[in-house]
Amino acid sequence: MTFIPLSKSNNSIPLFSASVVAGFPSPADDYIEKGLSLDELLIPHPSSTYLVRAQGDSMKGCGIFNNDVLIVDRSLTAEHRDIVIAALDGELTCKFLDVVQQRLVSANPQFPPISIPESSDFVIEGVVSASIRFHKPCSRW
Amino acid sequence: MLALVDCNSFFASCEQVFRPDLRGKPVIVLSNNDGCIVARSKEAKALGIPDLEPYFKLKHQLEKSGVHVFSSNYELYGDLSNRVMQTLEGFSPHLEIYSIDEAFLSLAGIKGDLRDYGHSMRKAVQQCVGLPVGVGIAPTKTLAKLASYIAKKSARCEFVCVIERLDQWHRVFAKIPVQQVWGIGGRLTKRLADQRIFSVLDLMKQDPRYMKRHYNVNVARTVEELNGVACYGLDQQPPPKQQIFSTRSFGQHITDCAALEQSVSQYASRACVKLRKQQHLVKTIMVFAASGHFVDRPYSRSQVIPLPMATNDTRQVITAVRKSVNEVIYREGVKFARAGVGLIELQPERPEQLDVFTPVQPLRSKALMTVMDEINQRHTPVYFASQGVTPQWSMQRMLKSPSYTTQWHDLPCVSMK
Repeated sequence: MTFIPLSKSNNSIPLFSASVVAGFPSPADDYIEKGLSLDELLIPHPSSTYLVRAQGDSMKGCGIFNNDVLIVDRSLTAEHRDIVIAALDGELTCKFLDVVQQRLVSANPQFPPISIPESSDFVIEGVVSASIRFHKPCSRW
Repeated sequence: MLALVDCNSFFASCEQVFRPDLRGKPVIVLSNNDGCIVARSKEAKALGIPDLEPYFKLKHQLEKSGVHVFSSNYELYGDLSNRVMQTLEGFSPHLEIYSIDEAFLSLAGIKGDLRDYGHSMRKAVQQCVGLPVGVGIAPTKTLAKLASYIAKKSARCEFVCVIERLDQWHRVFAKIPVQQVWGIGGRLTKRLADQRIFSVLDLMKQDPRYMKRHYNVNVARTVEELNGVACYGLDQQPPPKQQIFSTRSFGQHITDCAALEQSVSQYASRACVKLRKQQHLVKTIMVFAASGHFVDRPYSRSQVIPLPMATNDTRQVITAVRKSVNEVIYREGVKFARAGVGLIELQPERPEQLDVFTPVQPLRSKALMTVMDEINQRHTPVYFASQGVTPQWSMQRMLKSPSYTTQWHDLPCVSMK
């Protein structure tokens, strides 16, 4: 396992491509690659990506827990078994999309599947492309 | 061909993006300071709620009819506007942001059916941002504006209207009142009516040379544009639009001269940032301030200040507006409710007409302004001291929705149940 040193104030993490070999400096050491940005990794489509917070545990079976941050990409077309954000009865909700049986499925046995209503009140808002969990308290909230 | 894409009831639609419960409901948005109604959802318009009406007059009626009322949330509108523009950039390399919710796009070189192209733009913005837009496509800006008006008015268009063969549109143009034409204001409409020019078609049939002699060059250009002759390219607008206004209502009335100076300085500073961004210099400034409309003795005063030389230097503009507030605008005993600065006469920065007798803006001030704009884009803004640090007159926004997309603690919540 390799640890990448993080600087606190910078969201761009410099990555040095050459390994350290004593006595023989690689010419590539002078060259810092573009760096790693979490935005680049998590948000390929910034103008169509929204961040939302999960409230509840109906998706804990797939690793989404209360207070996690979800990355929702609206530009993706929802496919079978995608985790989607949908507007249902005037509320935003998060479920697995079951295209075959036309239903919304939770990842928690306590919440039974819901048939997709045919009314216009049901809209798929976007696809959850990633979720973020803090394993230490987050200073932002 | 050009497209004008504009968002339907933009502010009200923004409020509905993260609130599915508000979709299909009457929603209105109030101006700064919760003064007037500035945006209405389709459903609110259907209830007959008038535009630009003072909120307090209608408050009771609005509560009774279950209208959802919001203060302006410019953080949200600005972010969503930016997303709309970014999405549209995918459809044309030449995009002109015309206002917070409108953009002109050049469709030169686009192959295939333009109507389909318009629909794909509309679908993309709806899907990627969650906002409904209308699209008007035509050979000129004036016609594209008109097409976007028709796109929203006629159900058959489904929010996309292409004006291509002009002769096929005469019957429609005959039904549209002339004041719907871009750049034809109220005063001009009256003058045109005296000449029995009532509809778009009436105006279209005029001789541009005659209109230039009897009105002005802009009216002549409008006639040309209505006939498919492009007079305004992208980033070119009729001169009256070439103004930058920065104006606000105050959260609390201002009675102190120093506080009024401070607020006006801040508006001037903001307008100058815009000025530099669009690479213009200002020659004439207007400063104005007024008491509320609804007081016993309303007070309003404005001053137009010609500058000794065209500039984009915030310091010079601030010096001019402070002097104006001190000597002309301010009056003791008046409770000022709003003020503003308008940069009303502009000229492009680059083809500067230099002559030996005209004083020139020193080069160093340009460098300073660039540094200041750069710093202010980062975290801690720098101000000119005259702007003040903690404005006590900041806006009242009692009914503001969360800053869903710009504040961590305001992220929209999704119920996992």
